[in-house]
Amino acid sequence: MEAVIGRCIHWGHERMDMVSNNTLKSPVLCIGEEQPKNCFTELQVLKGHFDIVRFLVQIDDFRCASAGDDGLVLVWNVETGERLQELRGHSQQITAITTITCKNEVTLNTSLITASSDRSLSLWDPDTGNRVQTISDLHSSVKCLLVLERLCVWLSGGEELCVWNRDFQLQCQRPNHSDTGITALIELPKNYIAAAMDKKIMIYSLTVSADSSVSVAEIRCLSDHQDQIRALINVNDGFFASGSHMGELILWNATEWNLLAYEHILWEESQAYNQTEIRMGAPKPSEMSIQHLTTNGNLILAAVGSGLYVYSIQTRSVVAYRKVAHDSNVLHTMLLSDSELMSCSEDGSVRMWEIQDLPLPAEPASSGFFGMWSFGRSNKQSGPPSKKVIDIPNIRMLELTGDLIGHSGAVQMFVSFKEKGLVTCSADHLLILWKNGERQSRLRSLALFQKLEERGGL
Amino acid sequence: MIGSPDVVAFAKEDEYGQTSPDLWPLPEEFSVPLYPLADSNPWAKTSYAKFTKDFILISEFSEQVGPQPLLTIPDDPKVCGTFDLNYFSLRIMSVDYQASFVGHPPGTGYPRLSFVEDSRVVLGDSKEGAFAYVHHLTLYDLEARGFVRPFCMAYVAADEKKIMLQFQELSLRFSQASECLKAGNRRAFAKELQRKLRDLEYTHSVLQREEGLQREAGPQSMYSAHAVEKANELANVEKSIFEHRDLLKQISSYHRRPRRDPHAVTCQKCVDECLSECEELLNKYAKIAYPCGYGEKAGKGEGHPRGQGEDDDEEEEGVKRKLSYTPQLIKAKSAKCFDKRLKTLQELCDKTFYEATVELLKETERSFRGDLCYLYTRRLDKALQRKQRVTTFLFEEDLNDDDEDELGTLRPFCAVNHAVDNYVLLNPPPIVLAPEPHELDALERPEHLDPASETSITLESELGLGESHLESSPSDQTLETQESSEETKGSFSSDKSGVGLAEIQQSLVSMKSEAPDPDPDSDLTPDPNHNLERESSSEEMETTAGEDEGENGGDQTPMSLLEVVSELEANREEECEGVSGSELLVPIDTACCMVQEGFLYEASAPEAVPHLCQNSHLQPSQTLVVNQEPQALLPLQDDYTVGSPCSESPATGLELPSGLLGDAVSRTSAEDGSDCTMSASTGSDQTASPLGYGALVTLRQRKKAGQGALRFVRQYPFAIQALWCLLSGRTLVVLGADEGRVRRLVAALALFVPAPGKCGERVQAWLSCPFTLTDLQRWKLIGLQRVASPLGSSMLYSLSRYSRYISILDADHKTLRCPPYRGQLLANIADHRTYIRRGSTYFLHLQSTLCHLAAKAFLFTFTHHLHLPVSSTEGLEVVESRRRCFLQEQLGLSEEDSQILLYLSQLITQQYLQPTGSSAAAPSFSFNYTTSILYKI
Repeated sequence: MEAVIGRCIHWGHERMDMVSNNTLKSPVLCIGEEQPKNCFTELQVLKGHFDIVRFLVQIDDFRCASAGDDGLVLVWNVETGERLQELRGHSQQITAITTITCKNEVTLNTSLITASSDRSLSLWDPDTGNRVQTISDLHSSVKCLLVLERLCVWLSGGEELCVWNRDFQLQCQRPNHSDTGITALIELPKNYIAAAMDKKIMIYSLTVSADSSVSVAEIRCLSDHQDQIRALINVNDGFFASGSHMGELILWNATEWNLLAYEHILWEESQAYNQTEIRMGAPKPSEMSIQHLTTNGNLILAAVGSGLYVYSIQTRSVVAYRKVAHDSNVLHTMLLSDSELMSCSEDGSVRMWEIQDLPLPAEPASSGFFGMWSFGRSNKQSGPPSKKVIDIPNIRMLELTGDLIGHSGAVQMFVSFKEKGLVTCSADHLLILWKNGERQSRLRSLALFQKLEERGGL
Repeated sequence: MIGSPDVVAFAKEDEYGQTSPDLWPLPEEFSVPLYPLADSNPWAKTSYAKFTKDFILISEFSEQVGPQPLLTIPDDPKVCGTFDLNYFSLRIMSVDYQASFVGHPPGTGYPRLSFVEDSRVVLGDSKEGAFAYVHHLTLYDLEARGFVRPFCMAYVAADEKKIMLQFQELSLRFSQASECLKAGNRRAFAKELQRKLRDLEYTHSVLQREEGLQREAGPQSMYSAHAVEKANELANVEKSIFEHRDLLKQISSYHRRPRRDPHAVTCQKCVDECLSECEELLNKYAKIAYPCGYGEKAGKGEGHPRGQGEDDDEEEEGVKRKLSYTPQLIKAKSAKCFDKRLKTLQELCDKTFYEATVELLKETERSFRGDLCYLYTRRLDKALQRKQRVTTFLFEEDLNDDDEDELGTLRPFCAVNHAVDNYVLLNPPPIVLAPEPHELDALERPEHLDPASETSITLESELGLGESHLESSPSDQTLETQESSEETKGSFSSDKSGVGLAEIQQSLVSMKSEAPDPDPDSDLTPDPNHNLERESSSEEMETTAGEDEGENGGDQTPMSLLEVVSELEANREEECEGVSGSELLVPIDTACCMVQEGFLYEASAPEAVPHLCQNSHLQPSQTLVVNQEPQALLPLQDDYTVGSPCSESPATGLELPSGLLGDAVSRTSAEDGSDCTMSASTGSDQTASPLGYGALVTLRQRKKAGQGALRFVRQYPFAIQALWCLLSGRTLVVLGADEGRVRRLVAALALFVPAPGKCGERVQAWLSCPFTLTDLQRWKLIGLQRVASPLGSSMLYSLSRYSRYISILDADHKTLRCPPYRGQLLANIADHRTYIRRGSTYFLHLQSTLCHLAAKAFLFTFTHHLHLPVSSTEGLEVVESRRRCFLQEQLGLSEEDSQILLYLSQLITQQYLQPTGSSAAAPSFSFNYTTSILYKI
């Protein structure tokens, strides 16, 4: 008997041609099957949706809601994998979902607000599955929602900006001039709101008068982006950030609304590489589009095309990056800590990364780079690609520590429940609950002995 | 499997092992003689039997031709071989005890129907090498002498001991069959009576009319010879009417009569039906109590010949049939006894009842296949399994849950299939396979000392054989030992038709005690009248059997009964004092196990056969390829076939090349361990599909798979790795282009899938579409079609994508890709140089190993401190290290072997927490991240 060690399967001539072109064109990022740092050794497949599942929101520490193109909202128990509620009511795909917490009495009461393409908004009670409130016949469908707990109001953004109170009464409304409408809303200090529409960011001020009527006023328009804004996030009290389709990452001052840093992430494309490439030579905008931004206050993690980009706010510089982090576009990212991050992509996988220090001899900079300062096509990788690299001696490495493979479609989003596990949703209509097998096994043992005790024996 | 022969053979006490008195001593049947005598062939006793396997014989004592065989089950001439059925019928019918009086008992005006209880006798013919449990019964036939037709059903086997030890079970099953026959017979008899009555009444009316005409003709003819004759005839007919009416009354009162037969089994629904039917009949014929009254009516209805009958017929359910019946004139003289044709058994009984009986007997025959040791092992096995529910789901075949909810309750029976709630639940007789000296002593001694307790003695002298009798107990069960210079016959009769007051009372008591009491422990707390008798009679059987053995053939030494008795007693004393353990069988509740054996043999096989043919005609026109077998959807299980000779196109998704089936079939007869000593061919049940997953997986299929597994182990050097994958819960994908080969491999490997589910739900024998994660979660063993097409490449893509969760066995290239296994645990079941040659042997070997594993997993699962901290201060690491220590040092398992145990433990935990598996939550799927390597031959 002869044992051949191999990481990939050899099937003679039957190579897996189906694997997307991306894999073939780029150096295959393969961690293999040995993943000691990957603790997700158990999974549960949650079925219930009939179409792409796009959104996941955490309701409390053990429940989450999923929503997607089938118009269904499902509430899940993350601990057991049970489906707790099925919220039916929307006839078309869900476009936005958020939680709203009321602390009317002693208890915290979390409800769900959903917006759908059927131009309706609904308020749900996830405990009972009841539709508490609903508004239909809106002029346009809502694309984003923002809850301002402090003011007891919430906003919906679409072609118009509306402010609602908790009882779903329209407080005020502000029509919009742009074609695309508001795609993202964030709250800024001092009752200001930033809304992304197309290439601009509008700053609104929200004033609550004595009779508790709310009015919205346009304060400023920030139009530094060259392309459509894809992501808009709050970083911390001082900053907010936005990313555009062509890879511009801008850090803004949250109070002064001025531009603090402008980073144009442009993956360096080697010419030789482009020639062998079957696809068009120029980098497609989607390859550098900032799909998603996330932050933990210190770092901003940008999903750029199929790559990842970690930006430090303190140093205003790149900390680590990986041009080809996935085989396809990265759709959602998360910073677990200052050194651990997670990303999911259209290629159907979730990957876990660790920001590691480079080994001492300066790592030959990998093929990708960000091109604000260097458009130079430097095939010679170890050569001085740009001054920027030298400027940043503390650049570190994004090391793949594990991947989760289970979905057969694009992984749209994920929500982490810390040690309880991770929920991923995907275009294959499924949710997968990833758990720590050891922990689960311990919990099961606990349950077993409890049952044993209850029964007084076997 | 707990009682596999491997275990048995090595567990036999050797000369050093005297010290520890074993709590579970080995029954004598299992013992392997330490120093076998050179000339003694353990099978010598049965070797000269002229038939190859046990069968059931139904004979009748025809009043015209004497004893004659009617049919055998299985109905195959090969079964009986050269065995002389005629002669044997003569033998078994000759021991009929039924010396009951028929005809007119003195003092009554009308003939009485004798309500005879069945009798049960064991007799043997050592010359022929045949021993039989004989169940006598009588059926009613209006045309027969005394209205009765004696029949008997006999279970004929070559092994006397088998019959002796299975007496209770045999008795129970044959009682069921007999009751069924009799119920049908009563129905048929009542119908016949009804018809006869109608004829008589018609005759009567005709005669009356004639007489009336004569009377009108004038007084002179009143006294003519002709007139006198007519008058006599009329009187005769009237008498006959009364007689028949009385018979009808008698037959309808059948159920009100106390049953003396403690083993009688009745279905309440049948009884009710019969009763109401008879009531109806009675009412009808009570109306015409007076011939003159009838005459009036008949006069009225003169226009239509059926007269009275018609009105009543319309009230009946079977109107159509009866309307077509025209009453006939009854001749004054009945036909000569030898002229008429006697009714056949089918005619005597209602058709449904007859068929149900035959089915029942077939099932009985099936369930008693195999030799005693085998039966006994199975029974022990099941009894133990039932106590091990926490782990049996892992590797044992499924026990039919429906039938064993109530432990000790016999499967409610009605051969005609009435609803379950109608059954009188009865207490099955305890199966005593070995004597229980202590209890017996207490029981038997007083009886022998006190001759007054003997109530009656039955004599049997029909054939003038030498006979002697022992009334062993005041019961109606008698041990009869007949000795002649050439033969030894152990004869055991259980009933007598003699009616004694005491007996009636007694049987009443036993009925009471029997019917409503499903207490499984009744053999431990014997009912004074009833259970003790059973045990004592079993004891008698046992000792008789032992006696024969002890005599080294036993046929040469005539022995007087008293000697036997004293010897028996002596034996018992000996047993009590000395060998307290070795002969004893620990009283376990084996009784309940016996019921379902028939199921285990062939749960759905017979039905599959016609469907197979049917499908093979359909299939050429069906071009659709069924991608997945309809797992676990039992109603759909017929939608695919396993190999049909008609269509061999490989494209037709689910077919197996026809040669394969034949191949497997021909192999089975040799391999099948169930009929170790007696069966050369097992007849028609061979058609059971070899890969019948999707239906209940039967033991037979599993044994067949054993051969495949053995071949796999011998053929593939990396078998051990493959087995490890399956046992540690890593899904194994068998990839291949040839469906037959893949299916065979899957069927073989399915043996190693822990908790495969009742119908093998966790095994997918043939899949021709790409699989998803959900499939991996559902199936632990998948046969995957390798196709060279876009579909194929997407399949390969899914293979590579999910490669971390699966192991891939490439049947075409003979490679296996899986994580490396370096453990030793599986070495003894995956040794490719194994000396095991037979599939069934390997299967049992495997089962014992797996059973061992399951036991370890059980221990591991339910040891608290291996999973949870003992104190609150203890960290998880401590528990973890304790667990590792337990697995590695105490169980001696390597890292990979531990994974097997962890997986089994996880299954046990899940099963324990959710026995039904019907949780709302999705099942969880565990895995780990390890590198795979590729093994090649």
